[in-house]
Amino acid sequence: MSTIKVLPFSNQNLDELVELCPFNAIEKLGTTVEINSGCRMCRVCLKKRPDIFVLELPGETRKIDKCDWQGLAVFIEHQAGSVHPVSFELIGKARELAGRTGQPVFCLLIGHHMPGMAEEALNYGVDKVFVYDRPELGHFRIEPYTAVFADFVNRAKPSGVLVGGTSIGRSLAPRVAARFRTGLTADCTILDIQKNTDIDQIRPAYGGNIMAHIQTPNHRPQFATVRYKIFNAPEKIPPVGTIEYCDISSEKLKSSIEVLDVRPKEKVRSIEDADAIVVAGKGVKKESDLAMVFELADALGAMTAGTRPLIEQGWFDPRLQIGLSGRTVKPKLIITCGVSGSVQFAAGMQGADNIIAINNDPRAAIFDMAHYAVVGDLYQVLPALLDKIRKGRAIL
Amino acid sequence: MKIVVCIKQVPDSSKVDIDPENMTLKRYGVESKINPFDLYAIETAVKLKQTMNGMVCAVSMGPPQTEAAIRESYMLGVDEGVLMTDRNFAGADVLATSYALSQGILAGGMPDLIICGRQTTDGDTGQVGPEIAEFLNIPHLAYVNRIVQADQDGIVVEMDMPETIETVRIGFPCLITVEKGIYQPRLPSFKLKMETRERPVRKMTLADLPDKNPQNYGLKGSPTQVIRVFPPQSSTQRETWDESPETLSEKIYDKLSELKFL
Repeated sequence: MSTIKVLPFSNQNLDELVELCPFNAIEKLGTTVEINSGCRMCRVCLKKRPDIFVLELPGETRKIDKCDWQGLAVFIEHQAGSVHPVSFELIGKARELAGRTGQPVFCLLIGHHMPGMAEEALNYGVDKVFVYDRPELGHFRIEPYTAVFADFVNRAKPSGVLVGGTSIGRSLAPRVAARFRTGLTADCTILDIQKNTDIDQIRPAYGGNIMAHIQTPNHRPQFATVRYKIFNAPEKIPPVGTIEYCDISSEKLKSSIEVLDVRPKEKVRSIEDADAIVVAGKGVKKESDLAMVFELADALGAMTAGTRPLIEQGWFDPRLQIGLSGRTVKPKLIITCGVSGSVQFAAGMQGADNIIAINNDPRAAIFDMAHYAVVGDLYQVLPALLDKIRKGRAIL
Repeated sequence: MKIVVCIKQVPDSSKVDIDPENMTLKRYGVESKINPFDLYAIETAVKLKQTMNGMVCAVSMGPPQTEAAIRESYMLGVDEGVLMTDRNFAGADVLATSYALSQGILAGGMPDLIICGRQTTDGDTGQVGPEIAEFLNIPHLAYVNRIVQADQDGIVVEMDMPETIETVRIGFPCLITVEKGIYQPRLPSFKLKMETRERPVRKMTLADLPDKNPQNYGLKGSPTQVIRVFPPQSSTQRETWDESPETLSEKIYDKLSELKFL
């Protein structure tokens, strides 16, 4: 892989060169500059000063044979006897991508006593389901699950592996990716595929308003995690695939983790299942002002949610956070009140059918994704709207 | 008992913009504070140290100015700091970052416990902790939000899973990633700031690591490549309403009625 090299130069303003880098990775060193470990290969310096900064191409690198790795695999996650719906969404995406390169779709099912789950996966058009059913796998523990996942990868040799960005997936996928010393792209929001089976992985990056297009060009398998409700589950079709029951030695299923107790949490209605959501953002100045948001939500039969700053202030339960570090939602209606619309937030809600955004800044990023961009002060618009709703009720 | 906390210095503001003329990144926030999620990891380590009679070492990888983050961790009760800084570490993705950190931890001797925050605010992947554990060949637990009990051989913790709370015991050595709910992070102590002014920060370069092959670090050791960055797509069919609050509320009311939510 390439790096950036500094060519010899003279008569340059070193401070100007230092300023070029958005990541402060250009440092003064005597009469020249050097690239420090802050470099993220954004290539800005190459574009702005090609006379000084050049791309240094690597020497020989180990080339893998991509033909040895065929097919896309989906990890099927399940809990309390039912398959997590993100698994079906990923099967749908895997079939779409694999169809383009003429590859099969595999599924990996790990656990103990999983009646009907492998058959259910076949209903979504999977070519082959690999099942590991053992008492030691009845509960998710990292060492045995990683061992089984690795056994599956060695057996099926998939070119790419998709894992749901769930609590289990986000703990398991990086572990397996590291075991194979391969790449992992977390929380992809768009996936595509090249003819040579390189997966185009697109995700919000640098915590800000930017998308990054990422590839894993010389390693297999390519791991990606995707949040729930980013893709759509496919229609069921008559099954054609097969099920393979796999064995693995007990030696590999040992764990130093002992599960002492599992108790259910009190059931809270999840914003992921809501038809309508009213979201409060930083534009809401005081916690007491949330009353307007709650009243509007009540009138619409909607749930309320918040953006990251409001969660951090403790105004909302973290389970009510929309965005990449919170939940992804896909409701019929979403109304944002005083939300600026970072990419992180957008990634969590842009699948909504109708987005009404209220913000007093006409240039707010939220308007780029809104269907109805309402340019106005929420402190004026919301009271007027609530007034109308109350009057409308009085007539009925 | 030796506890390692992995920390990262992140930009104070995470805003980044694209220069529309040549489609390159404009100046990014200056890296200047400890990743907020890591404060919970530091607090957990310091609390455990106090009950277990141990020591806490903070390990960070980054440019030389990252030393400030380590100094700040001293003010929170951390005893030792290691700063991994080397041009060979630059441009690292999740795998290369995790590998470098695991090597830096090994260079200081395998600790009993490693604690990471759940994610960073700039990379936002939340995947480095589990990968470090894999490279060190030790088990890990994610989503830990309560320490129930700790002794010389291991700890009992509660994990916050989507529908359940799990209580598990894990033996040392191991790695845990902690949630926000675990402990309220303390504020930096002025007294500790004064006391630790002279305390050194140990610098580590590639030459100090067990694996000195530069191919395994930084950009060269990163399987993923950023092909390009671009601004997000905007919605194509959009209506903009820019009128008086009264008219706006009317339009919203009519739209909500049309959508049958009223």
